[in-house]
Amino acid sequence: MKVGVLALQGDFAEHLSMLRRIGVEGVEVRLPEELETVQALIIPGGESTTIGKLAVDFGLLEPLRAFGRERPIWGTCAGAIFLSKDAHRQQPLLELMDITVQRNAFGRQVDSFEADLDVKPLKQATGTSEPYHAVFIRAPIIESVRGSAEVLATLPDGRIVAAQQGHLLATSFHPELTDDLRFHQYFVSLIS
Amino acid sequence: MQEQKGTFAVKKGLAQMLKGGVIMDVVTPEQAKIAEEAGAVAVMALERVPADIRAQGGVARMSDPELILKIMDAVSIPVMAKVRIGHFVEAQILEAIGVDYIDESEVLTPADEEHHINKHEFSVPFVCGARNLGEALRRIGEGAAMIRTKGEAGTGDVVEAVRHARAVLGEIRRLQNTPDEELMTYAKNIGAPYELVKQVKELGRLPVVNFAAGGIATPADAALMMQLGVDGVFVGSGIFKSGDPARRAAAIVKAVTHYNNPSILAEVSRNLGEPMVGINVSAMDDSERIAGRGW
Repeated sequence: MKVGVLALQGDFAEHLSMLRRIGVEGVEVRLPEELETVQALIIPGGESTTIGKLAVDFGLLEPLRAFGRERPIWGTCAGAIFLSKDAHRQQPLLELMDITVQRNAFGRQVDSFEADLDVKPLKQATGTSEPYHAVFIRAPIIESVRGSAEVLATLPDGRIVAAQQGHLLATSFHPELTDDLRFHQYFVSLIS
Repeated sequence: MQEQKGTFAVKKGLAQMLKGGVIMDVVTPEQAKIAEEAGAVAVMALERVPADIRAQGGVARMSDPELILKIMDAVSIPVMAKVRIGHFVEAQILEAIGVDYIDESEVLTPADEEHHINKHEFSVPFVCGARNLGEALRRIGEGAAMIRTKGEAGTGDVVEAVRHARAVLGEIRRLQNTPDEELMTYAKNIGAPYELVKQVKELGRLPVVNFAAGGIATPADAALMMQLGVDGVFVGSGIFKSGDPARRAAAIVKAVTHYNNPSILAEVSRNLGEPMVGINVSAMDDSERIAGRGW
């Protein structure tokens, strides 16, 4: 099994390192033909405007949409924005998940934060009870989920920070910046 | 648990999000929009690019907060701004207006010729320039959450950025083969904190993101720095002092993504118009060089 990490821009090396630690082969994906060799894809954190523009410039938009209709994709932060149907502004999106996101929803960098989350499906899937310590960097929130998209985690005040729609996963935060391997294990469990 | 802000993880984390990207110097909100449109991951808000600071001389200070705020309003990507080395009040001002990253920069005229800012005291993260591993680790010891090569800003000559990247990355490679009992003396000799020297040996890289800066003017320059092993690039005067800034900016963004793909590099390097007029660093007087600022 090979998991691709979209390597147009962002912290793709951190995702590849997490995959290595859970014993899964990860490969960098920059061009459409590189998508053909992987069973699932992670879209990393970064700047969503940059990632979107490069995806358009190198003909990745349609191949990524086709990939996501069949196979698992997980977007972290910028990746979650890129997966969404609506980000309240004109920028290229994959429009795969029935979620609306608000970019930089917590403010600027001085408002970036760490917080513990209670992610029940994650605990069930990994048989653990510890809270999930999440890192939010100029993070988006998921304003609303529709259709078959479901809320996976919220902050204590109810704002949505993780959602799942079948084999598609979106998190506002960055599991790749922690030592907690559970989210990567959870994503890999979605690959059938 | 309460939300924790301003931790080292979130400071270093923003730099990790900028990896594989290009940070561009801009002097107006219009330039900032051109940079964002071209795919910049962040902009550096300035009153003058380094080439003009060099040409005009005088004391170079922090930019007017009004200009920085206008640039912050114009774009959705992170906005950085520069303070003078050691000028912690300029840094307090930039933190108060909410810039996303502060560059404690040798490009501006230093305010303190012995000490840098204690960057641990701030919630906003800092990037600092370095010419070698000792200098990089001193800055990280003071709290910098991101490092860049100094290069020689405002020249369009990549030679110093190459020198500094090779110095830092080469010293890290040699450190891998240094036995543990030699690390204390090594730390003393390069003037770096011992704990950080140990950490770099274990990690095989700096513990924070490491960009190239100072003299990058073409897509090939940017890809050269990426192949040498940096995490991303700053382009200062190289874009808006060139003939066709929008086109050159977009080309450099593509070159950083596909830095290992010569056929894409060839494609994006075509028809970019005039590059910035450069200054050959080897023909400069020592007094004109700014990379020596920093202690």
